[in-house]
Amino acid sequence: MGNLKAKHILGISHLDRDEIAFILDTAESMKDILERPIKKVPPLRGKTIVSLFFEPSTRTKLSFDLAAKRLSADTVGISASTSSVVKGETLIDTARNIEAMKPDIIVMRHSMSGAPHLISRYVGSAVINAGDGTNEHPSQALLDLLTVREHFGTLEGLNVTIIGDIAHSRVAHSDILAFTAMGSRVTVCGPATMMPPEAEQLGARVCLDIREAVRDAHVVMALRIQKERQGRLSPFPSEREYSKRFGLSKAIVPHLRKDAIIMHPGPINRGVEMSPEIADGINSVILQQVTNGVAVRMALFTLLLADVQRVN
Amino acid sequence: MNKKKTFFLKGAKIIDPVQDLEFFGNLLVRNGKIEQIGPDVIESEDIKVVDVSGLLVVPGLIDMHVHLREPGEEYKETIETGSMAAAAGGFTAIACMPNTNPPNDNSGITRFIKERARTSGKCKVLPVASITRGQKGQGLTEFGDLIDAGAVAFSDDGLPVSNPAVMRLALEYSLNFNTLIISHSEELALSADGAMNEGAVSTRLGLKGIPAAAEEIAVFRDIRLAELTGARIHIAHVSTAGSVEIIRQAKARGVRVTAETAPHYFSLTEKEVEGYNTLAKMNPPLRTERDRRAIIQGLQDGTLDAIATDHAPHSSLEKECEFQLAANGIIGLETSVAVGLETLVRQEGFTMAQLIRLMSSNPARILGISGGSLAPGMDADITVIDTEASFTPARDNLFSKSCNSPYLGRKFKGRPVLTILGGVPVFDKKGFF
Ligand SMILES: [Zn+2]
Repeated sequence: MGNLKAKHILGISHLDRDEIAFILDTAESMKDILERPIKKVPPLRGKTIVSLFFEPSTRTKLSFDLAAKRLSADTVGISASTSSVVKGETLIDTARNIEAMKPDIIVMRHSMSGAPHLISRYVGSAVINAGDGTNEHPSQALLDLLTVREHFGTLEGLNVTIIGDIAHSRVAHSDILAFTAMGSRVTVCGPATMMPPEAEQLGARVCLDIREAVRDAHVVMALRIQKERQGRLSPFPSEREYSKRFGLSKAIVPHLRKDAIIMHPGPINRGVEMSPEIADGINSVILQQVTNGVAVRMALFTLLLADVQRVN
Repeated sequence: MNKKKTFFLKGAKIIDPVQDLEFFGNLLVRNGKIEQIGPDVIESEDIKVVDVSGLLVVPGLIDMHVHLREPGEEYKETIETGSMAAAAGGFTAIACMPNTNPPNDNSGITRFIKERARTSGKCKVLPVASITRGQKGQGLTEFGDLIDAGAVAFSDDGLPVSNPAVMRLALEYSLNFNTLIISHSEELALSADGAMNEGAVSTRLGLKGIPAAAEEIAVFRDIRLAELTGARIHIAHVSTAGSVEIIRQAKARGVRVTAETAPHYFSLTEKEVEGYNTLAKMNPPLRTERDRRAIIQGLQDGTLDAIATDHAPHSSLEKECEFQLAANGIIGLETSVAVGLETLVRQEGFTMAQLIRLMSSNPARILGISGGSLAPGMDADITVIDTEASFTPARDNLFSKSCNSPYLGRKFKGRPVLTILGGVPVFDKKGFF
């Protein structure tokens, strides 16, 4: 068994192909635990995992918490709003204070890109990025990889199409990097207002026509559309038009491969980016994604702490 | 005779771009003025001889774009510490931008700045007053009163004038005083919330970008308004290839436009931001290699007239934080010569005379101040550069109160070693005096 070179999980951009494969293999073995009647094993007994969620999250936080508990780690967490900065304490001070309580892993979500990278420079514990601004969400990409690999038996040579607000999606960002690293071809699609500048250099093909974008896809992933944020220019005229042009609905089915699977990082806006028939259809693997999320996070905890033990 | 301000600089290579002189020789300063300069000026017995052989003697450098933070943010920099940083960087005159707190929008503040600079005595400080009251982009400041108090130009740097009608008024009104309007060219609606250059790197880092067009649209707007009004416009901190081209075309059709860029725009690119390095965050942002090449070309062919540092001190409070929250700006006074020597002279083959023209003679001409030359009769504002001295900027060897520089720890060859202001050595690295 190998080891993770990375001390932190800050982003897919910090992992190489072998490390990703190693994490997926480990996650697969963790899935066995999740199938048992008693879903708890002792390897991380006495370890402490602190989750810092500076941005609201229920599912991701729950998934990390469950993963820790399955491995018998102690978990504590705070869900502060980013306004703790407004209250006067800087992020670095917050991190240092938590570090002084000697956790083994800090799981962190923050509204600003690079925030986990910043605190990783100030703390001794391992940092897992649970989503930073519009940058990355590596554990989500890893669970997506695991789900697709389970389904098709491989990631090599698959076509993956991601539809939605690519420019502002950390999921899309991590997924593009992750799937291309594993030999899949990624196409991104959506309103041109939602495509990142120079998307191609991430390794993705931009295709503005959804029918063409999904035509050869083995995997079609829709991203959550943020309801129009106040005071901001909306990148599309209305949800109605978005769902008609870019939503996954019955109308798109004739253009899909028969074996294509449908994914969504959740939570779904039913009727906007995805219709209920598609979300609940036989090709949907959305709930498997959720299950795999726990397995992937168990794998990350195990590998990071194995690494810490080795170093010390 | 003022003995202190009388001395003989011996054996240097002397460069004066204005007189088009470059020779090995001597320079005689008497009573704080340059008296003689030439290959065979002869020393006399009663005058102190300063041996600067092997070094370069050039006109005191002039930085037409710095932020001194006083009044209001003295924990970042004061007029005193900023002046000392300037002297250590070889500058004998600096023009300070008005975005202090309160801003320099009235003659009281302008006089305060002049007075503080006079008591510190390390560098001439030339206040740039704001174009609009409170830098709010609406009513014009009292140009006449401000000029009487010592303002050398007008700019709403940092908070650019967004209404083109106001900019037009300012340019028209500047004609009454033959003064200079300095444009911080930025279309704010396009740059809003941006943290770095928009492009491949911003996509990779998940940071909101600032497109080059946000600068170029504003550069064109202000050039077009200068053309409309017949007034003079100076474009600050040019960072993009497109801006260089717009300025080049404007000059070709006779618009009264001048422009500056900063050392970081010709030596660094957006790649510097990788790892969320807040010391590479400034506005305008570091751009691409293609832009960097165009900036160098613009300096080479005279499209860009001046190098200004945009010295912008910030403490660790503003820089050791999330990239998105970090303040814009880096210090530059003490590294400008080193970066210019490395990038322009050594890598790009500029002559020393070209570099000095960009850093001294041209800024003097643009601001309409004396200086930028070593002609007899002028104030003895002189900079002596050792092009071989090794220099590694570090927290403990910078005079600025802040150390927010992307060049920290980088090894340079060449730096100013002696700065003379009106015949007085204000920075003397090697104990010449
Ligand atoms: Zn500016």
